[in-house]
Amino acid sequence: MSEVLTLTIDGKLVSARSDVSLLTAIKDQGIHVPTLCHLQGLSERGGCRLCIVEIEGSPKLFASCVTPIQEGMVIKTNTERVQKYRKMMVELLLAERNHICAVCVMNGHCELQSLAAELGVDHVRYDYLCPDLPMDASHERNVMDHNRCVLCSRCNRVCDEVEGAHCLDTMGRGINCRVIAGMNQPWGTARSCTACGKCVQVCPTGALFKKGATVAEMEKQQDFLIWILDGREKKIWRWSL
Amino acid sequence: MTATTNNKVKLATAWMGGCAGCHMSLLDIDERIIDLIGLVDIVYSPIADVKIFPQGVDVTLVEGAVANEDHVKLAYEIRERSKIVISFGDCAVTGNVPSMRNKLKIDDVLTAVYAEGPGKAPRGNEPEEIMPVLIPKVLPLHQVIPVDIYLPGCPPDPERIWAAVTALLRGEPVALPVEMRNFG
Repeated sequence: MSEVLTLTIDGKLVSARSDVSLLTAIKDQGIHVPTLCHLQGLSERGGCRLCIVEIEGSPKLFASCVTPIQEGMVIKTNTERVQKYRKMMVELLLAERNHICAVCVMNGHCELQSLAAELGVDHVRYDYLCPDLPMDASHERNVMDHNRCVLCSRCNRVCDEVEGAHCLDTMGRGINCRVIAGMNQPWGTARSCTACGKCVQVCPTGALFKKGATVAEMEKQQDFLIWILDGREKKIWRWSL
Repeated sequence: MTATTNNKVKLATAWMGGCAGCHMSLLDIDERIIDLIGLVDIVYSPIADVKIFPQGVDVTLVEGAVANEDHVKLAYEIRERSKIVISFGDCAVTGNVPSMRNKLKIDDVLTAVYAEGPGKAPRGNEPEEIMPVLIPKVLPLHQVIPVDIYLPGCPPDPERIWAAVTALLRGEPVALPVEMRNFG
């Protein structure tokens, strides 16, 4: 059973249910927190760390999406320190792979691109790694471009948790980490893929896109996730949408 | 902003490893270019026939990534002779499309472009010095010289350029709103 807890968010005393994440409690107050791996309807991963906040009494920063609420917590969501690290994380993401926005299918619709603008990343202070990464166009409908991938794992989670296929997963560690299809084989040959396309729609960048889309043409629609999950779990059918 | 003897700001624009799209976008400020010419002297630019980067420049807009030794040399001259250096557009800011060759070795780039095609492949170190030597990695400008202001966009649209240039001419810091500072 969940209970109601009291905590302080940005100087304001608020109540929140004990079974929601700190991120949810913050958002319920109308406070904007930048996120990338988080997507409503999917399990939380705590991978991108953009939703970090300060909790009084601890020197550490906490990813609010995977932090449970406790009675009496004092949270600061947008301190200079938090802003500094968020900016740094987006810069590191941009430096790690080949995010050449100008020639990306998602130019103008990309979550990483808009996060960079939002957080004031007008240049990257780190050396670009410019890795030599492949593109998998073996699938009949979709393309996987590792150059644009930020390893948020939304595709893995939607494939496993919503579609139930678990065709996509992640292999390797650190800089060698990659999203893979099936048993690390060309996507088009992975029989567990149902070609539902959910992974494409939830991908925040141009790492997954519809075959045939060219520069700035790809737009993604993510509200299907809530329609499916509300129907499946709450029997709420959104016919009108 | 200091003014020259004729009360005008000395503006330079330079073109390195880029497609000239940023300069096109600059010209695309339309009739405001007349207002601009009233306020600045363009002392060096691909659209002004000046061979040597002059001394005592107030503001320099640099388009393009640093891709070869000529660019490195020009970048140093620009920094030494300009009060304010602006990375103008994504190639200068991030390396952008020119940096897509960074995953290849220089020799592989030259082989793919020249040696496997017709004719003799230039290596960039010929005694005639016709072709500048490519540097191993294409770099954003700020990795070669200190940069004061970043103007991202591919190209930065005319409104963005106008917002930055007019702020500078008023002597204000360039603080672009969020919708004017995305890459791409």
